[in-house]
Amino acid sequence: MTAAPTVATVPPARPPVVAPVKPVKLPKSAAFTDAMIIARRNLIRITRTPQLLVFATIQPVMFVLLFRYVFGGSINVPGTNYVDYLIPGIIVQTVVFGATSTAVGLSQDMSNGIVDRFRSLPMARSAVLAGRTIADLVRNVFVVILMVLVGTAVGFRFHNGLWPAVAAVLVALLLGYCLSWVFALVGLSVPDPESAQLAGFLPIFPLVFASSVFTSVKTMPGWLQGFAKVQPITRAANTVRALTQGGPVASDLLWSVLWSFAILAVAAPLAVRRYRKG
Amino acid sequence: MIEVEGVSKSFGETEALVGVDLFVPAGTVQGLLGPNGAGKTTLVRILATLLAPDAGHARISGVDVGQDPNSVRSLIGLAGQYAAVDETLTGRENLVMVGRLYRLSPAVAKARAEESLERLGLVEAADRPVKTYSGGMRRRLDLGASLVGRPRVLILDEPTTGLDPRTRLDMWGFIRDLVEQGTTVLLTTQYLEEADQLADHIVVIDRGRVIASGTSDELKARLGSDLIEVEVSAAELDATAAVLSDVGCDKPTIDPARSRITIPVCDPVPDLMAALRALDLAGITPSDLGIRRPSLDDVFLSLTGRTTEEEDAAPAPKRRRSRQAAGSRA
Repeated sequence: MTAAPTVATVPPARPPVVAPVKPVKLPKSAAFTDAMIIARRNLIRITRTPQLLVFATIQPVMFVLLFRYVFGGSINVPGTNYVDYLIPGIIVQTVVFGATSTAVGLSQDMSNGIVDRFRSLPMARSAVLAGRTIADLVRNVFVVILMVLVGTAVGFRFHNGLWPAVAAVLVALLLGYCLSWVFALVGLSVPDPESAQLAGFLPIFPLVFASSVFTSVKTMPGWLQGFAKVQPITRAANTVRALTQGGPVASDLLWSVLWSFAILAVAAPLAVRRYRKG
Repeated sequence: MIEVEGVSKSFGETEALVGVDLFVPAGTVQGLLGPNGAGKTTLVRILATLLAPDAGHARISGVDVGQDPNSVRSLIGLAGQYAAVDETLTGRENLVMVGRLYRLSPAVAKARAEESLERLGLVEAADRPVKTYSGGMRRRLDLGASLVGRPRVLILDEPTTGLDPRTRLDMWGFIRDLVEQGTTVLLTTQYLEEADQLADHIVVIDRGRVIASGTSDELKARLGSDLIEVEVSAAELDATAAVLSDVGCDKPTIDPARSRITIPVCDPVPDLMAALRALDLAGITPSDLGIRRPSLDDVFLSLTGRTTEEEDAAPAPKRRRSRQAAGSRA
């Protein structure tokens, strides 16, 4: 197949004096150590660009104000104070929106070439994704704390004691973390950060609004109720609500956790495979 | 040290590499020369374990890149126009991070980072975020990052594309130092001068195929000893080439981009006189005319019919990502 004639290809007669190669096997701890190194890098990035964090928190705060003071008056959820209904929903909405930042961040790393450097290093293949999702989890922790503070300022209260409240936050963060892996897959699959932003946001929007985040699903038409009742965001919002306000929690908690792990079990291997293939 | 056997890679319909063979002995610099879209970056990505070939084998120090990628990764350093550094981290943080990911202990990673910073003259800027760096400093840091693992094989993908001439000379200096210390280098470039300056052995690839290989001198020798170069207006190019077709020991080559005609000559003085007589008789007055040694540019032109600056007509292998050239970020 070589079309053109080639010039003499005698390599220089310097005999290669090369030490034998020790095969490199990644230690079992590599997945963890490398993920922590990458997570640390991403967290440094967040602390050095605090304006991004500020902008990321403005939106959920706007949602709190909008639903608390603009729509809240006309939304009637029987048996509860609307602000106590709203804030648990907002906490779930916040972590879910926060998870979409995994797609954007990863896509940025892909397009500026640093992922190529990582992929050429003898590091665990899962680490870039795990490090990114862990950093985004830490970021979500801060945003959730902020939302609780903002919620408290507009009248929200924990009515069910400290430990259930902590459990509520953990349930929300778990869902956010598992969804981060879905968005990792999105970030690896789209051509640029702008598409990652859109591709992340579009599917999340109907999921968040056709849920019990802002209002009871009982007021929705039947066909929508069927979907809204069982989907993970409703389950998580109901769980956070029950854990912070009291009431039956077992079924929603179980479903919420099951959904989270199911999402993780599907998305994480797919994302790592996508990363490996490049 | 680097062995490539029959490596092919296609992206959909586009054949990026077609049965490429390459052998780079330890401690030498292999220049990989070709225009944009020739397949240079595809070969680099295969050697750096970023891409699997469709056919053929690639080995570094005898280790197959597909079978034992982690061993290969610990042997190589990758730098160039696309490998990158983190903008928000400082130079030092970047190097320590890469060192840690080369599986060095924190203390060793720190020491190696320091060593790289000193070697590349970045000590003063070490604790500033990379986004404050100039294009040249970034490129140096990028090279530094590939050195913290003390690689046996350094893969440099167009390391000086987009750099100003001074920074380019600095980079050449760093690369020469590394080679002196025994590093094997594979260097892709569009700049013939760069291959001429740095490479012990040069492979020219075009449209995914090796079209020539040899030392810089061997490639130049292919063109005969000297060249007559005639510059005329674009309209007169064909007429001039026709007039001069009997001069010299090979056919004239037309370089429309520079509006020049070059003719390999065997007997410089009689051939030059013959050329002058032929031009005079045809009433053509060149804007420039002279006799000179061939450059690698001439080799490239005569091999491909195009200069290196002309955009390749073949579709470039589709990159999945649009990447900014590092040089334009400064």
